[in-house]
Amino acid sequence: MSFPKKPENKRTVYFDHAATTYVDDVVLEEMQPYFSDIYANPSGLYAIGREVNGALEDARRRIAQILHTLPDTIFFTGGGTESDNMAILGVVRKHEKNGKHIITTKIEHHAVLYPCEYLEKHGFEVTYLTPDEQGFVTPKQVKEALRADTILVSVMYANNEIGTVEPLADIGRELLKWRKENNTKYPYFHTDACQAAGAFDLDVEKLHVDLMTINASKLYGPKGVGILYKHRNVSIEPIIFGGGQERGLRSGTENVPGIVGFAKALEMAQENNEVENKRLTELRNYFWERLDKEIPKMRLNGPALDKEDLRLPNNLNVSVLDIEGEALLLYLDEYGIVCSTGSACTSESLDPSHVLLACGLPYEYAHGSLRFTLGKRTTKEDIDYSMKYLPGIVDILRKISPVNLQEDAKKNTHPQYLQ
Amino acid sequence: MTNTTGAKIRDKQGNTWLYSDTVKDHFFNPRNILFAGEEDKYDADAMGRVGSPACGDEMVLWLKIDPKTEKIADCKWQTFGCGSAIASTSMLSVMLSENGGMTIEDALKLKPQDIMERLGGLPNRKIHCSVLGDKALQAAVNDWYRKTGQHDKIITKGAKIIDDKLNITDHDIEEAVLEGAKTLEDVQKKLKVGVATPEAIPEIEQLIRFYSEKYYGAE
Repeated sequence: MSFPKKPENKRTVYFDHAATTYVDDVVLEEMQPYFSDIYANPSGLYAIGREVNGALEDARRRIAQILHTLPDTIFFTGGGTESDNMAILGVVRKHEKNGKHIITTKIEHHAVLYPCEYLEKHGFEVTYLTPDEQGFVTPKQVKEALRADTILVSVMYANNEIGTVEPLADIGRELLKWRKENNTKYPYFHTDACQAAGAFDLDVEKLHVDLMTINASKLYGPKGVGILYKHRNVSIEPIIFGGGQERGLRSGTENVPGIVGFAKALEMAQENNEVENKRLTELRNYFWERLDKEIPKMRLNGPALDKEDLRLPNNLNVSVLDIEGEALLLYLDEYGIVCSTGSACTSESLDPSHVLLACGLPYEYAHGSLRFTLGKRTTKEDIDYSMKYLPGIVDILRKISPVNLQEDAKKNTHPQYLQ
Repeated sequence: MTNTTGAKIRDKQGNTWLYSDTVKDHFFNPRNILFAGEEDKYDADAMGRVGSPACGDEMVLWLKIDPKTEKIADCKWQTFGCGSAIASTSMLSVMLSENGGMTIEDALKLKPQDIMERLGGLPNRKIHCSVLGDKALQAAVNDWYRKTGQHDKIITKGAKIIDDKLNITDHDIEEAVLEGAKTLEDVQKKLKVGVATPEAIPEIEQLIRFYSEKYYGAE
């Protein structure tokens, strides 16, 4: 047994930015006064309350500007999951008398899928679109699934596991056409843009979305704060009741430091996204080239890397054949290399990633998947450091594995099991 | 299910190591491995293979057995699986071969719980990762019995109890799948399995998938 020698100067190489990012220093600085100095309740009528309210409304205005919309369409929430739930359940509760059909995709985040599954148990029908093997759904698929009783379509902007960027604007146009032809306001169009918000255009007019979820914790902003964009003409019911904040749609005293940080983080990400996208794409492609060259039997999952607008620039998802992903993840962790896996062993069920399976990846490849998501601090040195250890670890784990899969899935004979 | 000492459930991000020190030790320093490519050199007396990469776990166990005493003189293994699976197999190999080796008869009495106890416990939801060991052992011992003409001792019906409240075995689930059940709900309609023992559900789902694939092919 000879695993690669442990590094003398172990560094932490963080490749899990799609899970969450650190808070940028500038963002933190912006937030700082709102914890202990400017802390009053923004609903307070006194001067210091009005001051906090000013900061809150300023943040709302700045976010609205980036989305090319008006401030009163921005609702602050407790994060991406809450915004997704609010969009889906909110629309459904308000409009269920007009239809009980929802269209979404099989590769949505669970914050979308689980509310849909919940609704299925309560009399709704949900169509889950199957993506192609790179994760794309098409406007045609959406169109074909539309029914007279469809009240909501929810398609993510970019996938969190394999980085696929869905054709939102085209789907949006298809829906506009349908509404016009059928003289109806339905279905509303929601998108979960949490992964895409740092990298891509968020102009809601261009995207033709009625509802959009974004959170701060993937943008170098704080955790526990998100927004739901809601078109003025779309009415929804609240899912959280109380003091009536956020025009009655999301009660609870606003998380002012978080919201101030969110606005700053979103501005910074959007200001610099062209340069940063290019840098991340180059780094990511360099990483894949080395992986592909230096480790046999690697498979790229998700869209091709050369189509810049079709894949998140920081996302790399690979399957390392013959090895189970969690074992590899834990070994990499020993060397300070942090990533995530679609293996069943890190999920609550025994199934590997629902995204990879929906894209038609065989179970045995999905179990060996690793996701590396790069970030602002990622450098070429981080990748070179990782490549010093990765091939050796893979080599040893393959030596202790009885599995020998073919790269071409069709050539794998059917697995045997104890009788 | 026991969850004795040390081991805690990992958080979803997997950022914290929460296995026991023993699990960690066996994971990072697995004992008695037979490297891929060196199988022929080992000259084993018996071999058992279980699981499949599609299920997320596959294991091969090789035994050297003293024909006079039927003691396991030496044992080697390979595993495709997560940290718990690797650590469990490593520990099993130690238990089989330590102190001059176990007799086959005693070895067959080993339960997954015995391995888990020696490992200082596993998180509840990782227990399924450690259940392949006794099946691999049974397969290897059957191989030995076959080779030594002791056909009467071969146990082909593993009949592993999946739901101890209802005494339902893996073969009951196999039967249900053969009768057309495709999902957990289908199987539960037939067997009520896992209703009283929700901790058994992951294993039940794995079995359903395995048997579906075995009899009806991959999706």
